[in-house]
Amino acid sequence: MSVSHEISPLIRPRSKILTRFGREVNWGDFVFHRTTALLAALLIAALAAMAAAMVHGSAESLKTFGWGFVSSQVWDPVRDVYGALPFIYGTIASSLLALFFAVPISLGVAIFLSELAPAWLRGPVGFLVELLAAVPSVVYGLWGIFALAPWLRTTVEPFLARTLGFLPFFQGQQRGFGMLAGGIILAIMITPTISSVSREVLRAVPSALREGALGLGATPWEAVRIAVLPYARSGLVGATILGLGRALGETMAITMVIGNRSEISASLFAPSYTMASVIANEFSEATGSLYLSALAEVGLLLFVVTVLLNIVARLLVWRVAHLPQGGSL
Amino acid sequence: MFARRNLIVGLLLGLVACKGNQPAPAPAASDVAPALKKEDAISLTGAGATFPYPLYSKWISEYNKLNPNVKINYQSIGSGGGIRQITANTVDFGATDAPMKEDETKQASGKLFHIPATIGAVVIAYNLPEAKGALKLTPEVLVAIYAGKITMWNDPKIKADNPEAKFPAKDISVVYRTDGSGTTAVFTDYLGKVSPDWKEKVGVGKVVKWPTGLGAKGNEGVTGQVKTTPYTIGYIERAYASQNKLPMAELKNKAGKFVAPTIEAMSAAADAVEVPEELFVSLADADGDAVYPITSYSYLLLYEDAKDAVKGEALAKYVWWGLHDGQKFSKDLDYAPIPQKVLSKVEGRLKQLRSGDKKLLTGA
Repeated sequence: MSVSHEISPLIRPRSKILTRFGREVNWGDFVFHRTTALLAALLIAALAAMAAAMVHGSAESLKTFGWGFVSSQVWDPVRDVYGALPFIYGTIASSLLALFFAVPISLGVAIFLSELAPAWLRGPVGFLVELLAAVPSVVYGLWGIFALAPWLRTTVEPFLARTLGFLPFFQGQQRGFGMLAGGIILAIMITPTISSVSREVLRAVPSALREGALGLGATPWEAVRIAVLPYARSGLVGATILGLGRALGETMAITMVIGNRSEISASLFAPSYTMASVIANEFSEATGSLYLSALAEVGLLLFVVTVLLNIVARLLVWRVAHLPQGGSL
Repeated sequence: MFARRNLIVGLLLGLVACKGNQPAPAPAASDVAPALKKEDAISLTGAGATFPYPLYSKWISEYNKLNPNVKINYQSIGSGGGIRQITANTVDFGATDAPMKEDETKQASGKLFHIPATIGAVVIAYNLPEAKGALKLTPEVLVAIYAGKITMWNDPKIKADNPEAKFPAKDISVVYRTDGSGTTAVFTDYLGKVSPDWKEKVGVGKVVKWPTGLGAKGNEGVTGQVKTTPYTIGYIERAYASQNKLPMAELKNKAGKFVAPTIEAMSAAADAVEVPEELFVSLADADGDAVYPITSYSYLLLYEDAKDAVKGEALAKYVWWGLHDGQKFSKDLDYAPIPQKVLSKVEGRLKQLRSGDKKLLTGA
């Protein structure tokens, strides 16, 4: 192999330009910098344009109902009276319920795949988990109608009512369709997202940490607990936020099982309704400007709720990232 | 593992396919290509009601076999969407189950004709494992069930009309359509007609605030819930109940007879009601012994004055064909044909279609 003594054209000095601080900058760098900045700005502009369009679309409803839109529970297209509180509640409650089921399962899957599973098993199991993310949501919905809801109605809900029926969460008519079914469907749908991101996060933990812990005599469980998890904490919270984002916006599958009733009930057996569902259900047949405007405002609210929850979650990541690294026995 | 997974996915997809409206297969390209010259290919688009979609889709494929140069595309996006699109002039024709409201008519750029194109029925499907023979329901009982006033299957009011049947002490699980739909409009139109109380407290529309029950998405969603959940009652289009072999309740009509939703009973309803000048009318709770009371026309929406004479003529000829030759496909797809006396009125209306001063159907 011959070695060239000439300077490669790739690293030859190029034309330079001056920045406003008088520093010399490569021309190519300058263009690259500005192009990427423009692309980033484009995304923010798209977000702003979307928000503006939704505010514009919901102007009539904003003017008619004001804050009452957020606090009212009545949604009656016949009388042109609209209130979105049950949808806001349904969206947040079903997503949190989904996280309640999905986070422990996903973390378990991720820890197993990255720390404990024999090498030959990691690939296939990881692949199957990710395959779950590729199933279209309408298929989950059909499965929900024909398998999950009947099972909940005949087995799970009677059991819960028998054992924990004194709690307000497990009372009322057992129909299978409702908040519980919605939460479970969402949990299944977000598990692959959370677990595959978590697995990558855990894989990125330097093996020196594990080896150190094991070398000090920790059991595998202790090594995971004191060395791996604390290091990966903020990444794991980030994975959960990704899952939450998907749960908040999911429409088809949850519409098919949640019961679509704009009521707020403490019981998990009771039907509920989400913001994405009501838009999907009613927009195509909606006529009348106030009705369309109210649906646009539901879209605006979904946007606001998603942004707010993401901000809270970011703060959480930031908080977690600044906790002392490393755990204790 | 994979085989099994594929099998499950396949089954589910198959299910989706069957649930869908079994659109007629598009004609093979080879049938069409030779006759088709580029310059006289006309393409028409329509949008609207999902209720008559299986029939319209059959019409389109059959008509295309006869007239290969006319390509028609119908998007079944719902009646409301159809009305929005025809008033915005983004499609050549619209379709709706419920006639347009006055404020909707005002938004249109010209005069829109309602053309009754077919007749459908909304049936009460139920899942009652103990039932033998068809469940009989009076309008009062049906309203009370949907109003949440009758909540148990063994309610004496239900028993009174079904003396031979045994009813369990189970909660009635009520299912309604949650997505805006002509089916709901037709059903609530009926409930409002038989019960002034319903009309006042709940009202009539494509989406209403139901006093009780669970919402399911689409006819297929309601069908799914009724099929899988014992002690459920729901309202769906007749085709969904008959294709899924769900039992349908017999309803007591205005004449006091219990009538099953047969094609004949739907035709009887159409025969019983005089169609007024504007060509739209509710068939709910019509008079007559043989009438099934939750029957409805489904309409096509056409501009009286077509902007494009060539397209307008093609559309007028297609609709003319659908109302004549196209009616023979009705029965197999669970619709009733338009009665002869209504058809003659519709013919008169179609002959008024024009583009500027030019009548579009001179030869018909």
